[in-house]
Amino acid sequence: MTPSLTLAVTAGVLVAAGVYLLTERSLTRILMGVLVMSNGVNLLFLVAMGPAGNPAIIGAFDGATMSDPLPQAMVLTAIVITMAVSAFVITMAYRSFQLNGNDEVSDDIEDARIRALAERDDVSDSYEDATFSDTGEDVVSE
Amino acid sequence: MNNLLTMPVLLPILGAGLTLLLGRRPRAQRFVSVFVLFLVVVVAAVLAVQAHTDGVQHLWVGAWPTGYGIALVGDRLAAIMLTVASVITLAVLVYSTGQDEQELKHETPISIFHPTFLVMCAGVSAAFLAGDLFNLFVGFEVLLFASYVLLTMGGTGPRMRAGATYVVVNLLSASLFLTAIATVYAATGTVNLAELAVRLPELDTHTQAIIQVMLLVVFGLKAAVFPMSAWLPDSYPTAPAPVTAVFAGLLTKVGVYAMLRTQTLLFPHRPLTELLLWVALFTMLVGILGAIAQSELKRLLSFTLVSHIGYMVMGIALATQTGLAGAIFYTAHHITIQATLFLVAGLVQRVGGSNSLDKLSGLAQMSPLLAVLFIVPAMNLAGIPPFSGFIGKLGLLNAGVGVGTPLAWALVVASVVTSLLTLYAVAKVWNRAFWGTPILPSGRTPGADDDDDDEDPATDRALPPAQVGATCLLIGLSLVLTVGAGPLYEYTSQAATSLRDGNYAAVVLQEVDR
Repeated sequence: MTPSLTLAVTAGVLVAAGVYLLTERSLTRILMGVLVMSNGVNLLFLVAMGPAGNPAIIGAFDGATMSDPLPQAMVLTAIVITMAVSAFVITMAYRSFQLNGNDEVSDDIEDARIRALAERDDVSDSYEDATFSDTGEDVVSE
Repeated sequence: MNNLLTMPVLLPILGAGLTLLLGRRPRAQRFVSVFVLFLVVVVAAVLAVQAHTDGVQHLWVGAWPTGYGIALVGDRLAAIMLTVASVITLAVLVYSTGQDEQELKHETPISIFHPTFLVMCAGVSAAFLAGDLFNLFVGFEVLLFASYVLLTMGGTGPRMRAGATYVVVNLLSASLFLTAIATVYAATGTVNLAELAVRLPELDTHTQAIIQVMLLVVFGLKAAVFPMSAWLPDSYPTAPAPVTAVFAGLLTKVGVYAMLRTQTLLFPHRPLTELLLWVALFTMLVGILGAIAQSELKRLLSFTLVSHIGYMVMGIALATQTGLAGAIFYTAHHITIQATLFLVAGLVQRVGGSNSLDKLSGLAQMSPLLAVLFIVPAMNLAGIPPFSGFIGKLGLLNAGVGVGTPLAWALVVASVVTSLLTLYAVAKVWNRAFWGTPILPSGRTPGADDDDDDEDPATDRALPPAQVGATCLLIGLSLVLTVGAGPLYEYTSQAATSLRDGNYAAVVLQEVDR
């Protein structure tokens, strides 16, 4: 079997474009990236399938000229999953827009807080609690 | 042929449909979902016994000519994972029924929660029982989709933020997984795991290496293994307590399971020990150092989760019989213990009004029961003898010493250090949250002389029996893992042996040859 170069190159370009879009902050662009990338991956299944042939209907065509139906079934499943993903991500982007006025994937707030603590070389309140407070001064004052 | 294999997938799916119809009747909905998950526990236990006594169970679904349909396979590994997983999901569901009305509105809108939860259970079962790579992918997608909904439940600000990271990471891993499947199909012409076990070794080594690394990256991403673990502590803590518990307990372990399965079945002759040992080393140390820096209970627990995935990867990397046995035992133990700790974190939130260690103090005085519920699984997580965590770690250390290369020794040292640092992390939680003077959420401290105040916290924020019961059930399970460690370790040992003897492929493909 000789794989189709056109399909392979197209899949590569689509996946590359998709990965680039995935690195964006905006959920809408990420969704575009996922769509483009999943199309690229689906093309890979067509590469794996081999050359195009007759529909895989037993009795209608000679078995040797049929195309392999299994990758088609897999691509179909993948397309359905991608559709569901798109619906969900669009909803998320809209909800995020409702809440924040944008649809950006933001940084981890708690993470940033802890990093700031580390940079200030700060310690927690209980750090002092752990040291002995009974220095004898209390005894003197009493 | 064993038609029982379809049940762990079918029952929750049917249950999900039914609970969706019963959306307006919370009581009936709860009854249906608890009943369905109870049935799954029974089925899983039966499968575990069958896999033990009669060998690998399998089913070609749909009565297609054998070799064409979808294969479901339940060997000892899948069966024990399924059993532990179904007990955990049942306990977490019971826990979630204990949330009162106010909490329900805020945390888990019940009409959606139950159906989604059941769909997730079906996805987990499908992934455990899948006999081919594509079905494994579908199982993963089903459970991930349910998890997207559970994680962003209620659509509040923090959850949308955390959910976005989680969704994007998993979309990327799904695309990678599909690419890997396309590559596998192009190279071998099949996606059935048993057939792949026969055909993959015939390929040239470079193609094999590409396929192996792609699959490892995909499953490593799902299992939150070191270079790909940053998403986990970011996204898990904001979800409701029962959701985080089941995510932490199960979802990463499905990734570990997939790694175990593909490494032992598809690439038994090329375990990549060196690479995986390095990964395990960094996962352990980076995870636990992250945990020490945290001042929020759920985030701290998420980091310990990442760290302890390293132990399982270590067992997989060693790829010896003892290593795999240790990894399987440790996975079963860790599913239980991590879920328990997150459930306790939910109770801490309830009693103390916060999960931040800066705002918690004196919980042991406010609720001694809660203190006991925390300290038992926490000590177990740290691997204090005689708990199951100690037994699992001992098994892995033993395997590491058995291999005896310098890197394996480094891993032995690192796992002891990680264990001690885990003890430090949970002791920190104990010191800051459970000891000290109680602070009530309103800000007043109860006077030590005033007897009336003692009842105040108890009446105000009594622990719901369902939540305490579910947590106790899981602690009980972890104690069963401890007390019954002998027979159980025997079981995981045999599971590890059967992973390595090639019986899986032989049994599944038997009927093809006939």
